[in-house]
Amino acid sequence: MSTLLSFRDVWVEYGDRIIIEKLDLDIAAGSFVSVVGPSGAGKSSFLRLILGQEAPTRGSILLDGVPLKPECGPDRGVVFQRYSVFPHLSALRNTMLGLECAQSPFTARLFGESRRKAEEEATAMLEAVGLGHSLHLYPAQMSGGMQQRLAIAQALVKRPRILLLDEPFGALDPGIRADMHALIRGLWQEYALTIVMVTHDIREAFTLGTRVLALDKRRHDPHAPHRFGATAIYDLPLRNRTEPTPPSITIDAIGNN
Amino acid sequence: MRWVNRQVRRGDRLLLGAAPIVVLALVYLVMAANRHAANPLDKILPLPGSMVESMSVLLFQPDPLSGQLVFWADTLASLQRLGIGLGISTLCTLVVGIALGALPPVRATLGPLVTGIAVIPPIALLPILFIALGLGETAKVALIVIGVAPVMIRDIAAHVASLPREQIIKAQTLGASSWQVIIRVALPQAMPRLIHAIRLALGPAWVFLISAEAIASDVGLGYRIFLVRRYLSMDVIIPYVAWIALLAILMDVALTVLSRRLFPWAHGERH
Repeated sequence: MSTLLSFRDVWVEYGDRIIIEKLDLDIAAGSFVSVVGPSGAGKSSFLRLILGQEAPTRGSILLDGVPLKPECGPDRGVVFQRYSVFPHLSALRNTMLGLECAQSPFTARLFGESRRKAEEEATAMLEAVGLGHSLHLYPAQMSGGMQQRLAIAQALVKRPRILLLDEPFGALDPGIRADMHALIRGLWQEYALTIVMVTHDIREAFTLGTRVLALDKRRHDPHAPHRFGATAIYDLPLRNRTEPTPPSITIDAIGNN
Repeated sequence: MRWVNRQVRRGDRLLLGAAPIVVLALVYLVMAANRHAANPLDKILPLPGSMVESMSVLLFQPDPLSGQLVFWADTLASLQRLGIGLGISTLCTLVVGIALGALPPVRATLGPLVTGIAVIPPIALLPILFIALGLGETAKVALIVIGVAPVMIRDIAAHVASLPREQIIKAQTLGASSWQVIIRVALPQAMPRLIHAIRLALGPAWVFLISAEAIASDVGLGYRIFLVRRYLSMDVIIPYVAWIALLAILMDVALTVLSRRLFPWAHGERH
């Protein structure tokens, strides 16, 4: 499997507070990486680094061998725990937004033939996440689980290189959460996604991931706790299902040749 | 049952709401009748009959000097000033408020200026406006704009700036540029708030309109009230004030209905 995202000696510091220190990682294309760790161990900073919301203080992050721009872009999709969908747009329009932004720089709206095409594509994506019957509902009319499904569809319609999930199922009921696990697992296999998921739920991390990263501080100075940052203290590849079963024995895009 | 749990049915609500208004009207009538019993020429608390009489002159008989129906000319002039003032304020709010809220460099540049203008009491600027812009329509409209726009701008800017950061990030991961974030994420979500801001601005806008008309004007609802004050014409002042209240209520209701119609998603309704 080829490396999609690599961290090279990455440090994140706010003033004299060190959040992440000496992080060296390679994330392979097609992997499902779960990130766990105690609060304040830099999980969110780690996600913000990949998202481009934040630049590393030292070191570099490479996506496909090219240094990552410190700005969010359409190659990295994201689903947050909350507020990932736009309350003023219906499910269909929420999903179409990514397509409209790309094709119509000035009005960010599509008309005629191109609009019909975008609608078709968005509808297909909503059907894939199980929202085919709720195309015209607004987020306020949806349950938490449906909103997260919508957020996933919205991100996937852009075909991102990496999908980032920030505690996506943390606010959901246990039953709904199991459904969502099945959904995200299915989508990961079907669309050959690379997923990085931050979670509090260790069980969830191990059920879904092909690799579990635990972020925490390696050393602790009681007199200056802020002077040591977190790094990957455990990096566990779960070998029993490192890769989705290839759908056929012919050569495919994920590298199972 | 505790009072906090007592819900009032629709019919009862109308009844309860009307009760204090009816009581006030009755109190007024009794007091007016008493005064007229003592002095039939009393002008301070006119009876409804004399109000109808003097208003019908203003409503239906053309003014011998200008040839206009005074009441309608006053209403038209005031509504026009109010409309233009609020229109310009709304436009400024849309452009400046959203830019302030969504773009940090604009906020850093213009934020202090808007705050500074907002804390000046607008009436204190009225002499400057009259000196700079003359006594015509421009100064009156300008007073409304200066009085109302900065507050609206700050409200909308704060609302846009408080949109969840996640939404702005999400839009960017969907490929949106700054402009696209503004027109597809910030603007639509600012619209219901803008209508709300206009509703709240209606009160101050009327205050500034009446003040400007009272000081220098030759037509308008506020002008008429302050003109007839010299003759203690309460029989004109009271109907005029009631008419202003009615106009203000109508505008408020219209804006509420408009907001519910256009932005059902913002009102938590099962649409």
